[in-house]
Amino acid sequence: MKNPELGIIRAALPDDEILTKCIHCGMCLATCPTYDLTKLERSSPRGRIQLIKAVADGRLEITPTFIEEMSFCLDCQACETACPAGVKYGRMVESSRVLIEDTKENYAIPDIVKKIGLNYILTNNLALRTVAFLMLLIQRSGLQFLMMKSGFLKIFNKNFNEYLKLLPKMKFKTTRGLLKGVSLKPERSRYKAAFLSGCIMDVAFSDVNLDTIQFLLKNDCEVFIPEKQVCCGSLHAHNGEMKTAFALMKKNLDAFLAEDYDYLVSNSAGCGAFMKEYGHLLSDDPVYSIAAGKFSEKVKDFSEFVHLTDFQTKLRPPDETVTYHDACHLVHSQKVSQEPRQMLAKIPGIMMENLNESTWCCGSAGIYNVTRYEDSMHFLDKKMQNLKNTKADVVLTANPGCMLQIEYGIKKYGLKMRIEHPATFLNRLIKE
Amino acid sequence: MRLERVQINYSIYIAFIQVYFLLFIACSFRGVDFTSGIKQIGLAVTELVIDQLRRICGSASTLTSREDKICYSYDGTPLFYQEPEAILFPETVEQISEILKLANQEKFAVVPRGAGTGLSGGSVPLKDSVVLVMTKWNKIIELDEANLTVTVEPGVVTGDLQKTVEKSGLFYPPDPGSSNVCTIGGNVAENAGGLRGLKYGVTKNYLMGFEMVLPTGEILVSGGKNYKDVAGYNLRDLVVGSEGTLGIFTKILLKLIPVPQRSITITSSFGNLTDCGNSVANIISAHIVPSMIEFLDNTTINCVEDFTHIGLPRNAAAMLILEVDGRGDVVDYEANMIMEILKKNNAEGIRSTSDAEQANTLKTARRSAFSALARKRPTAILEDATVPRSELPVMIEKVRTAAAQNNVVIGNFGHAGDGNLHPTCLIDENDKAEVDSALRAFDFIFNEAIKLGGTITGEHGTGLAKKHFFEKSTPAPALNLMRKIKSAVDPNNILNPGKIFSNSPKCESLKLS
Repeated sequence: MKNPELGIIRAALPDDEILTKCIHCGMCLATCPTYDLTKLERSSPRGRIQLIKAVADGRLEITPTFIEEMSFCLDCQACETACPAGVKYGRMVESSRVLIEDTKENYAIPDIVKKIGLNYILTNNLALRTVAFLMLLIQRSGLQFLMMKSGFLKIFNKNFNEYLKLLPKMKFKTTRGLLKGVSLKPERSRYKAAFLSGCIMDVAFSDVNLDTIQFLLKNDCEVFIPEKQVCCGSLHAHNGEMKTAFALMKKNLDAFLAEDYDYLVSNSAGCGAFMKEYGHLLSDDPVYSIAAGKFSEKVKDFSEFVHLTDFQTKLRPPDETVTYHDACHLVHSQKVSQEPRQMLAKIPGIMMENLNESTWCCGSAGIYNVTRYEDSMHFLDKKMQNLKNTKADVVLTANPGCMLQIEYGIKKYGLKMRIEHPATFLNRLIKE
Repeated sequence: MRLERVQINYSIYIAFIQVYFLLFIACSFRGVDFTSGIKQIGLAVTELVIDQLRRICGSASTLTSREDKICYSYDGTPLFYQEPEAILFPETVEQISEILKLANQEKFAVVPRGAGTGLSGGSVPLKDSVVLVMTKWNKIIELDEANLTVTVEPGVVTGDLQKTVEKSGLFYPPDPGSSNVCTIGGNVAENAGGLRGLKYGVTKNYLMGFEMVLPTGEILVSGGKNYKDVAGYNLRDLVVGSEGTLGIFTKILLKLIPVPQRSITITSSFGNLTDCGNSVANIISAHIVPSMIEFLDNTTINCVEDFTHIGLPRNAAAMLILEVDGRGDVVDYEANMIMEILKKNNAEGIRSTSDAEQANTLKTARRSAFSALARKRPTAILEDATVPRSELPVMIEKVRTAAAQNNVVIGNFGHAGDGNLHPTCLIDENDKAEVDSALRAFDFIFNEAIKLGGTITGEHGTGLAKKHFFEKSTPAPALNLMRKIKSAVDPNNILNPGKIFSNSPKCESLKLS
């Protein structure tokens, strides 16, 4: 590997203030899932920061170990919650991933698949829907079943069958398809909420999107779904594809600025967290900086929004016990942990079970569970043990990645439990 | 020792001086601290030695990559960095013994390390050293409920131990700020204190016995479950706080006490520091022993509030967080007395709670104080000056003087009930002038503390950070005795050499910061 010019490294890595803020006190160690696994400093937040600093200072090249540690990190940002000094670790790791991608010279097949997926499919609604439709055909026609049973996929990779199980089940209709004939303007309107239908959410979780929108409508919120919106770009930013992320961000800003609204409601923690970052990321952009700042201020997670605006509908008491798993991008990136709990506590007669270590990453971490399947299973194991101990019937979480991972875990460990998005859960309890 | 041996042969002596000189130049160019590793100058950790270490520990437990060296070049102490030559994760007592024997044979330094959260540089590597990491020794071996003791491996995390024993209604009081991360081995080596020192004492009050590998490779077992034991010298008090210079712990036997039945936590804020200091002095002289009296000044309050958002009084000059615990009505009685005293000293916003969760939020906030102060500036240098409790108000004032005279920002907080303050200087370590001002301010603080009958470190240890002050302020007979003990236990000076004080060559204490 070539040693890139120091200038390039400096440009890609965060400014000095962020790099030097870490005083290596070690308060982050107790909250880091990868350090918990290896007990090695280099797999800890402060160790990784020292490595990034060494690369930035030109004391270390971009070595295979450096690349390995940066990709081993879940980017769950639990360390940011724990850090009294306010170090922005996530930004540092994401910048170093950009740097790694920029200096890569050879790509292996999985890298190419990842690149095509991120840069050509998720960015284009038509391509995304075409791929989703093909996946739907494979999943529903029994072809996937045959492929898995025959075992021939194991030629490519011994875990290939598991990857297929982890992939989202595609839906027949996208959000728009489901909303045909639904009026997005309720009779009485208290707020106007913009809604991001998302990329994966749109093709694989359109039912959750529908539940979210229906709940908003029932609570006297007008819903605005911009026609020209695209994927928020978070998966790109987390995987070092910053250029694509910027292009997507700008497209979304144009789409959402078309109308005025009170809040932008997101039902996916990953998207919400990233959209709240638009303002910071585009703060130097001559055209978009002000618009991005305003845009980010209006972003609210579904639970934040519901907690803020309160229920207007009557709910019936649920007959199942419930537990709540904190999605990393909600609790650590957005610092939203009380709102969903308070929102759920307002449901009459709810039976909540406390989940031990609820803020510990489940191992989904975007596409980590596919790119690093075996590591991811260690984290899932811990999560499933804790979930099992709650003996709850339903586990609620507000992120599609966590939903897929925990659903996979429930099957793998044979638990009698269901995973659900809080919006689906709430919507089902509405008294007609 | 190497120096003495080479003096016999004149030509080797010349050669040695040459190598020394060249290395000195090389090291100064790289900005590396040269003097701390003077005794191991011959590059003792050769490839051959590393091969032997691999044979002892296994290659998976012997790390030598550049990345790992960078990641073990620091602990929680600012300003001290040095990459080791290898990082070892031994798994048995025999392996540790073998490593130390090899170190004596090949003359390289061994630096023991737990979680690396120390604040005086005790586990920062030295030049040409190997680091011996004990974090994988994390089993609780035995909880003896009949004798109220617990036997642990040194890598057990303090917070984990506390949670485990509390399930059986027992209590391990020492409670350093990093208790979620730090290990018992490190706590014993540094004689860690914490928030509850006032009523419950510090680590040394709970150490009953230990197993330790001595620098020569011998295995020492001392102490036991006896509450009374006066046979021979009390070796426990010698090893507790020895900062990894006398041996490596492999087993630790700790005393436990019953969990206090209930507790009440009180907070109050003050318009000026004098009222705050007088409140503490009055509580102590009223013969009340709270389990905690924590002090935070305005700078600290604001930094902690930025992190925790729990509604601390941002405008107050200072605040106190107090806790009383015990049985039944006594707790209420003492809490009331404390609140009376606070009122008399013009305290504002006095609040009390017996809710454990609220109390825990407050304590967690206080524990984050040091790291939270780093929000203000890139580098936070934390010190640990401690004075007799009656002198606390004077000392708080002296810290203010130090900051004003040297034109640096100092956030002050600490365990007021123990007279243990943590003045924290907020600077940028890249600004040499600022670093010098900070060092001058600390020089002043330490001198004033000693004048008041205090000490330079209450609970963080001397390590590298305060070695210079320690050697200056300790009377010669005490220092000489300590040096004699060190050379008797570690004749080749291979275990964490140059920490606390230098043994032999005087040039080692050239280093100032």
